Amino acid sequence: MLNHYGAIGIFLVLTIIFPIGAVVTAWVFRPKYKKKPNDDKQLTYECGVDPKGRAWVRFRVNYFLYALIFLLFDVETIFLYPWAVRFQVLGWFAFGEMLVFIGILALGLWYAWKEGALKWY
Amino acid sequence: MNVIENLFTGLGAMIYDFLIWLTLPDWLAAVILLFLKWLLIILVVIVDVIILIWLERKISGYIQQRLGPNRLGPGGCFQTIADTLKLMGKEDIIPRTADKVLFVIAPAMFIIVAVMLYAVVPMGKDMMIVDFDLSMLFFISVASLGTLALFMGGWGSDNKWSLMGAMRAVAQMISYEVPLAFSLLGVVMITGSLQFSEIVAAQENIWFVFLQPIAFVTYFIAATAELNRGPFDMPEAEQELTAGPYTEYTGMRWALFFLAEYTNLVAVCLMCSAVFFGGWHGPAFLPSWAWMFIKAYFFILVFFWIKWTLPRIRMDKLMEFSWKFLVPVSLGNVLLTGVGLMLFR
Repeated sequence: MLNHYGAIGIFLVLTIIFPIGAVVTAWVFRPKYKKKPNDDKQLTYECGVDPKGRAWVRFRVNYFLYALIFLLFDVETIFLYPWAVRFQVLGWFAFGEMLVFIGILALGLWYAWKEGALKWY
Repeated sequence: MNVIENLFTGLGAMIYDFLIWLTLPDWLAAVILLFLKWLLIILVVIVDVIILIWLERKISGYIQQRLGPNRLGPGGCFQTIADTLKLMGKEDIIPRTADKVLFVIAPAMFIIVAVMLYAVVPMGKDMMIVDFDLSMLFFISVASLGTLALFMGGWGSDNKWSLMGAMRAVAQMISYEVPLAFSLLGVVMITGSLQFSEIVAAQENIWFVFLQPIAFVTYFIAATAELNRGPFDMPEAEQELTAGPYTEYTGMRWALFFLAEYTNLVAVCLMCSAVFFGGWHGPAFLPSWAWMFIKAYFFILVFFWIKWTLPRIRMDKLMEFSWKFLVPVSLGNVLLTGVGLMLFR
């Protein structure tokens, strides 16, 4: 039989075919025009008004702060999962260690909260 | 009873034996079997989504005291099929200023990520494509890739509304991913395994929803936000952002986005019933896969109900609810579970 990761790899390859197949099927079915579409049709839709400038503008720093905090906690998740799997085997000592770890992160969350990083302006 | 129970697993074994009997090598038989399973999953997904879209329109209609679709077929049940055919015939428009590569890849990636979830999600007893020791971690990490696809779509469209929707989607989805991952930790601590078959097997006597009620509530809320559904659908708030990241998409690409959204919904509901509601355990008059889908469909209906009943939540409230309430609560639940396990083991 197949290795687990091998099976997932084959599954991924098969799945990549699916959207390609869907788009190709749609291409077969839809009417085709020889003429190129005019400029108005290829404009982006911004409520019917001609768009002014590009959309790729500078964005508020708030999003970046959330991303930073997320990164912190996501890494924590990676550490917590193996700990949770072995939790019942490892006993009180590991529990205490994780308590310290979570405590430090909670402190970080509290600091971010106090500094207003969690506030949406 | 046994025949229906083993309908799919037995069929799989029979096909495998037949391929071996044709003197094919082991690995080739396994690959062909995997292909057939994949085909079945794609079929189930497409049929499921067609039913679900009709169901959602019908239910939302009744909730808002309208009739919903009622022209095509009895109760309008062919409406989605007609819509699909219409979408297939639509012209494929790519905005001139768009980033073409990202624009084209985004919907494909979204559906790939959504279907990949079914590689590990259980659909019944012994009915998962792969049942390996990291299933749950795989589920969480693959599910979080959907954020990237939405952002690629929003950024690639070169539309201010799309970009704003995509930014909101990213901010919201990464914020709710943390409580989602934390709320599953309690279950992992009790079972000591990330494998779905073991997690479900551990619930033979008592469902985890009774042992982990807080985790279930935080999981459910976080999942609603991860799916961009219900009261948390700020990324595609129609009244202000036209359709968020989906604005510029037409025809099949747009259909792929929607297909992926409903596929995600079904996957998350299957996961929910597997982790918290005993998975395939149930009275024996129905086969295991039927129980799995009945439970999943119950949660899907709850998702519909919530979406069409509650008004949309403001963006700042949404973010603060995650970081200031859900994250501390789900972390506290992990600690509570730890203490409880240590004391009452």
